[in-house]
Amino acid sequence: MADLLRAAAAIALKDLAVEWRTKTALVSSLAFAVLVLAVLFFARDPTAVGAVDVAPGALWVTFTFAAMIGLNRAFLMERDNRALDGILLAPIPRTALFLGKVAANLVFVAAVEVVSVPLFVLFYDVPLWRRLPELTLVIGTATFAFVVVGTLLSSMVVRTRFSELMLPLLLLPFLVPPVVGAVQVTARVLAGRPLSEALGWLRLLLAFDIVFFVLSTILFTATLDE
Amino acid sequence: MTPRDRALTFARRGTLLTGAMLVALAGVYVRALMFTPIERFQGPAQKIFYVHAPAAWSALLAFAVTGILSILYLWLRDRRLDVAAAASAEVGVAFSMVMLTTGPIWGKPIWGTWWTWDARLTSTLFIFLLFVGYMVLRGALTDPEVRARYSAVIGIMGLVLVPFIHFTVFLFRTLHPDPVLMKPEKPSLPGDMLLTLLVSFGVFTLLYVGFLTQRYALGLLRELRDEEMAHAVS
Repeated sequence: MADLLRAAAAIALKDLAVEWRTKTALVSSLAFAVLVLAVLFFARDPTAVGAVDVAPGALWVTFTFAAMIGLNRAFLMERDNRALDGILLAPIPRTALFLGKVAANLVFVAAVEVVSVPLFVLFYDVPLWRRLPELTLVIGTATFAFVVVGTLLSSMVVRTRFSELMLPLLLLPFLVPPVVGAVQVTARVLAGRPLSEALGWLRLLLAFDIVFFVLSTILFTATLDE
Repeated sequence: MTPRDRALTFARRGTLLTGAMLVALAGVYVRALMFTPIERFQGPAQKIFYVHAPAAWSALLAFAVTGILSILYLWLRDRRLDVAAAASAEVGVAFSMVMLTTGPIWGKPIWGTWWTWDARLTSTLFIFLLFVGYMVLRGALTDPEVRARYSAVIGIMGLVLVPFIHFTVFLFRTLHPDPVLMKPEKPSLPGDMLLTLLVSFGVFTLLYVGFLTQRYALGLLRELRDEEMAHAVS
């Protein structure tokens, strides 16, 4: 178990180091997130719908779309020069590769989120700071859900020609439970309601996390060549 | 019997069954329109039910079969399971389209709206879209071995996703009840209607089997041709 985690950490650190040197995906995802937040602010009738009413939806559309354009990166860079074969030759369990990629993607998406949230507060003028622990909990559970599924799917779609197109097509159906749940909980948190009111949604998010983490980890080894 | 002959036999049987069931389907229409009483509250619009519900059944059956064949493929690694899973997904997409077009046609006069985000509607819509993605992914992969493995993964993920989507919409609804939505209770059908419906269910199930057999045979033949081509080139 310790070996597995050490190997996973090595892969995650390698990915993050590569990303840190170029920052291409990070900068583009961040710029994209700011753009989506800004555009969605105007995607309503300001006399009929207040900014705070669209805020939870806008936040989650931003997170998921920004994550989606960054998720392919993890396996795209292994496709060039057939770098993936090199990793598969290493004497580490294949699950470590998946866990490492998930970890690196989580850090990546978290970085985008950490920058987006203050901007979200600024743009939408939502009273968020007092509810930060609750919000972190929601963001954490929902982000984990779509990063796990997204990492598995991206490992497959990079083998196709239109991988940038294919990932959203396959991933979006899987985003229904986590995103709907996250928006519901976020809306209650922003409205100042107690978290206990959204217990059903939190349970759903948690169940999704557990089920799809186990399933994706098992299925990932099946996607690799023998 | 060569694999090619076997595939051709399958294709012939599939065509026969499909042909017979298309005739039977015409029979179902005749029975539904002429010999089944008109429902008192819904009027003639209710007739579409005899097509809609069985089509929905066939679509969901098809996707469930795809999911189960996907599990079996990853376990046994027999390529025929992959060909069958793909055939079932394709037939399922076709039946879903019947379901998704007949549903709104019935919904407009009865519910007063073409579409509503009810649990059943939403989950079938997303499962349909997921399997459209499944078909697109298959089309984008050239290596048959990789294609089989990847599609199996999507098939299994889809099988697990459906209950989650259903539960999500269920939670969404119970928290935000829609006053416009008229949710009909399941009516206990009178004998005549029940018989028509049951016959239609049977016809649609066999129609699914017929389509599936044909597509399966075509898939096998395509695999054989690809293998021959590969041999000829090397």
